[in-house]
This record gives sequence, structure tokens and C-alpha cells, in this order.
Amino acid sequence: MSEFFLIIISAIFVNNIVLAQFLGICPFLGVSNKLSTATGMSGAVCFVITLATVVTYLVNQYLLVPFKLEFLQTIAFILVIAALVQLVEIVLKKISPSLYQALGIFLPLITTNCAVLGVAITVVTKQFTFSGGEPHLFNLGEATIYAFATSLGYALAMVLFAGIREHLALNNVPKSFKGLPIALITVSIMAMAFLGFSGMVK
Amino acid sequence: MSKLGLITKGFIKENPTFVLVLGMCPTLATTTSAVNGLEMGLATMFVLILSNIVISLVAPIVPDKVHIPVYIVIIATFVTVLQLLMQAFVPEVYKTLGLFIPLIVVNCIVLGRAEAFANKNTVLDSALDGIGIGIGFTLSLTVIGIIREILGSGSVFGAKFIPGDGVLAFVMAPGAFLVLGYLMVLFNKFAKK
Repeated sequence: MSEFFLIIISAIFVNNIVLAQFLGICPFLGVSNKLSTATGMSGAVCFVITLATVVTYLVNQYLLVPFKLEFLQTIAFILVIAALVQLVEIVLKKISPSLYQALGIFLPLITTNCAVLGVAITVVTKQFTFSGGEPHLFNLGEATIYAFATSLGYALAMVLFAGIREHLALNNVPKSFKGLPIALITVSIMAMAFLGFSGMVK
Repeated sequence: MSKLGLITKGFIKENPTFVLVLGMCPTLATTTSAVNGLEMGLATMFVLILSNIVISLVAPIVPDKVHIPVYIVIIATFVTVLQLLMQAFVPEVYKTLGLFIPLIVVNCIVLGRAEAFANKNTVLDSALDGIGIGIGFTLSLTVIGIIREILGSGSVFGAKFIPGDGVLAFVMAPGAFLVLGYLMVLFNKFAKK
């Protein structure tokens, strides 16, 4: 149980996917102008990252590894993710039109969000160690928790940043700083704040 | 546009990092030192040139409805080729760049050039475009890498010329965002006219 807790804290705060691992920066900078769109995007990302990680984990475990096809990981994973996003879109449209309306425009964008592929590859290749145990690959349960917590970290960074950016838009900044440069400098300060969490979990 | 113009436009006018603002993840993550930035740029350039060539060849026969999945598979194939080559010949480099080599698949620069250029131009022009944008990307990554290495560890390409420890923050995450932000300010001020 304590290991799950450590995975969650580590994935949300210590190794925040945006502010420490630099994954999913493009949508992070692209759709964080308004708090409402940022919330919508975060929801879609949480959903897809968790689902995609579970599916790619199973594909890797029961299809690629037994047939010694690990070198096809990159191709297999991106195809699975692309198909999955399409599937989620179709299913949502039928089952929950209101949720589809809310997430709608963000779903197709997620295929090329490197956070999704990044997390999927990380959980099947990187050996983790928590609470001082031997470094080991995640099992399915840990992988799912890790993926969900990571996407929560993404949502946290995204929503915080969108809130700051809404205020930033009203301020008078020098012409050359307008838009992305001042946004990047703001992210830098946020990343510095998140550095304060490092060392909390080994 | 002249053939030379196709190559040089990637350096400043259509610089992928500072003007098009594409491929931010590897730009921020792998530029901890000048060498790492350079290597990441070259790896991306390899995929960019080859995928541009093949996509310009197959574009006329690919149905419009499925063109994105087809392009992604082509790009993923070259990324896998690159992964295998790097594991065989430069395993050390492959280890340092790590996750960001497979992530070239979702680098918006590669798919962006396929969509914006390679699918409606000739093979030669697409190859030149790949070379130009690739060099532009490599240049910006190397510049960011040099600045972060000087500030972070007081050396350039591993040659130490400032004694003592640097500002560690520049090697870590905050420095990446800060250096890129200020470089963009300079770029806006002087180059984007």
C-alpha cells in the first residue's frame, strides 16, 4: 500500500511530467490560454494516458515479448494509441454526447501528445525502485497507478499554468516578451517551485 | 524558391524552434549540454530527411482519408531504424538521449513538414527542406545546449573553462525553460523583422 502512495506522490509532484520530465509541452503551451480549455484538455489527457498505458502494457506483455518483437515497440505503441483515441472518440459520441462535446476537439490532438507515448514506453522499459526495494519493472497494477498519477500531475500543472496565464494576459509586458517568451519564463519559475519537492521520494 | 533558399530558410526565417515553435519537448529535455543538443538535432534530422523523401514519393497514391496514419507509420519505421542503428553503433548516445529517441515519432516538426511541405512537393525539394529544417533544429538545440552548459557547468562541449561548480538550476528543468524563453525574446527583438 505504501508503495502505491509513493508512486502517486512521486508522479504528481517530484517527477511532474511537464515540469520535470518535459513531456507534453506542445499542448501545455498551446491550449493553456484559458482555464476552461485547459481543464477540458487535462480531462481528455487523464483519460487517454491511463487507458493507453493499460492497453500498450498488455500488448507489450502478451504480444511483443513472447514473440521477441520488442524492437517494434515504437510502431506498435503509436498505432495502438492512434486507434484507441479514434475508438474513444466513437464510443464517447454514442454513450455520452455531453462529455464528447466537452472533450471533442481535444481528443484528436492527443495522438501526437508525446506524454501519452512517453508514459507508455516508460512503464515497460524503465526499472523503478520505491521504498528502498530492488529496482524492478512495474506490474500491471503499478503501471496503471503510475499512469493515472502522472496524468493527474499533468492536469495539475496545466490548470495552475492556465490560471496564471489568464492573469498574465491582462498585464503590460514588453513587446518582445509577449506571448510565448513570458509564458516560458513563468513555467521556469513554476518548475523551480516544483524542484522544492525533489528529495521527498527517492 | 531557389534550391539553396529551400535549405537556408530553415536557419532563421522558418527556424523550427524559435519561429514555428515545434518540437518543444526534445528541445527542452535534451539540451543539458552542447553535445546532447547536437546529437538530438542530428537524430531528428536523420528521420526528417528520410521521412520527407518517402512521404513525397507516396503522397500521390495515398487516399486523403488515411494519410495521417500512413505518414505516422512511415515516420515510426524510420525512428525504429534509427533506434536499431544507434543501439548498434553509438549505444552510449542512445542511453543518454533515452526516451526522446522513440519520441521523435510524435515530434510535431516531422509530421508538420510532411503535412506542410513533403506531400505537395517533389522528392528533391522535400529532401532539401528536410536538410534545411533539420540543420535549423540542430543549430537551435546546440545553441541552447551551449548556453545551458556554460551557465550550468562552466564548460563548452565538455571543455571546462570556468573553474568551480556552475549554477545547477540551468542543467535542471527551470534553466531549460528560462534559457529558451530569453532566447525567444532575443530572437523576437533582432531576427524577426
